Amino acid sequence: MSDSKIAVDGVSKNFGALPVVNNVTFDVRDGEFVAIVGPSGCGKSTLLNIIAGFERPDKGSIRIDGVERIGPSRNGIMISQHGSVFPWLTVQENLMFGLSGASTRDKTALAHRYIAMVGLAGFENAYPHELSGGMLKRVELARAFVVKPHILYMDEPFSALDALMSLKMQTELRRILEEERHTVLLITHDVEEAIYLADRILVLSARPTTIQTTFHVDLPHPRKLSSPEAQTLREAILKELGL
Amino acid sequence: MVEETDSKFMKIVPPVIVIALLVAAWWVVVAQSGNPIFPTPGQVATGAWALVEDGTLWEHIGSSLFRVGLGFGLAFLVAVPLGIWMGWVSGAFYTLNPLFQMLRPISPIAWIPVAILWFGVTDTAPIFLIFISSVFPMMVQTTMGVRTIDRRYLRAAANFGVSNSVLFRKVVIPAVLPEIIIGMRIGIGVAWLVVVAAEMIALRSGLGYLIMDSRNAGNRYDLVIASMIIIGLIGLMLDGATRQLERLKTVKWRYVR
Repeated sequence: MSDSKIAVDGVSKNFGALPVVNNVTFDVRDGEFVAIVGPSGCGKSTLLNIIAGFERPDKGSIRIDGVERIGPSRNGIMISQHGSVFPWLTVQENLMFGLSGASTRDKTALAHRYIAMVGLAGFENAYPHELSGGMLKRVELARAFVVKPHILYMDEPFSALDALMSLKMQTELRRILEEERHTVLLITHDVEEAIYLADRILVLSARPTTIQTTFHVDLPHPRKLSSPEAQTLREAILKELGL
Repeated sequence: MVEETDSKFMKIVPPVIVIALLVAAWWVVVAQSGNPIFPTPGQVATGAWALVEDGTLWEHIGSSLFRVGLGFGLAFLVAVPLGIWMGWVSGAFYTLNPLFQMLRPISPIAWIPVAILWFGVTDTAPIFLIFISSVFPMMVQTTMGVRTIDRRYLRAAANFGVSNSVLFRKVVIPAVLPEIIIGMRIGIGVAWLVVVAAEMIALRSGLGYLIMDSRNAGNRYDLVIASMIIIGLIGLMLDGATRQLERLKTVKWRYVR
């Protein structure tokens, strides 16, 4: 128990009379990438919001590094489908938003480094409405990475992008994760995305959601989704989802 | 390049033609009817030019703009902080909103007797009326702006654990700025409507006074019409000036798409 980064213990949540999350328990190791897949509307997002500290569970608890979580923290940054890059700040100002302490010059240097890392060098002073959807997602990733969080919570982060851009961002994310070790909790309805990215895949049941099955993905990166192992895994997960 | 000039052409020429046709029709009708009181456009222009030459027109415009500036400025200083507070603190909203919603639909004209009673026939009365008329639209717009800030931005701010001062300076204020600007446009429009009405009551200056004085001093309808046209033009310029705020880089996101 002590070496787990995130410990989810018997978490349940109702919305009024409607049970949404039902007694979910799992651990995430430090540096592990865990993907959570499940049918739409099953309560995945609610579960992630509880783990990230944006909502309180009715029952159960969340411990991060052994300490009970009671609210959101800059140690775990959430990246969601619709994004939350501030439209009134430039790319650079967005990155510097979460940086505290340090001198302005240090902050600027740090921001520039991460802007370059996501391939947006030259766009430091652009406003979000001047960027494409894919570029905006990069800004959001960079803004999360720049504060050096231990954990990334990703709620269908690339599902608002077109299929090609989504694939590109997955590759990009994997590349960044090779450089910066993070613990990642990803929610997705895209089974292939989960197989491409994750070390472990949790399949959730329909509402009220519980963990139905766990799959370990023991394939080396970069993964080929066309490989027989990946295809077998994909079949097995889809079967779990009733497809 | 061709398209650019084309669209500028389309924006200027048709409205100018419409106005020119209207003025021509006015001229023909008045000339045909031989009405001795209603002036032709030529008489209006001559009358207005006389006021320009003896300098009184600038004095009237100056006093009207001064009253609007002061009344609107005070309203802005009250409405924006109060609006942000009411938008942010639910208790303040539920306590004060019904009162303001009740005061808001009262026409500023209805306040004129009260203003005269309280302030007499001074500059303060119209300034108060402008304040009353422009404070509510700006406050309501600001309050609604704060209450409708997209939750994901507040969540992101909470996620990064920023201080309250950063939260207000970098998230809340910029997020409502577009709404504040819309409130200012409404506010300045109402203020300009009201100053003219308020100046008709008494006083010795202002465009509203000019209208009443011209009529009373021997049916100078040429000056009445001239004042009306000037009021319209200045109103257009005030709105145009406020609209310039929408071009600020930090609020553009709200107006694109």
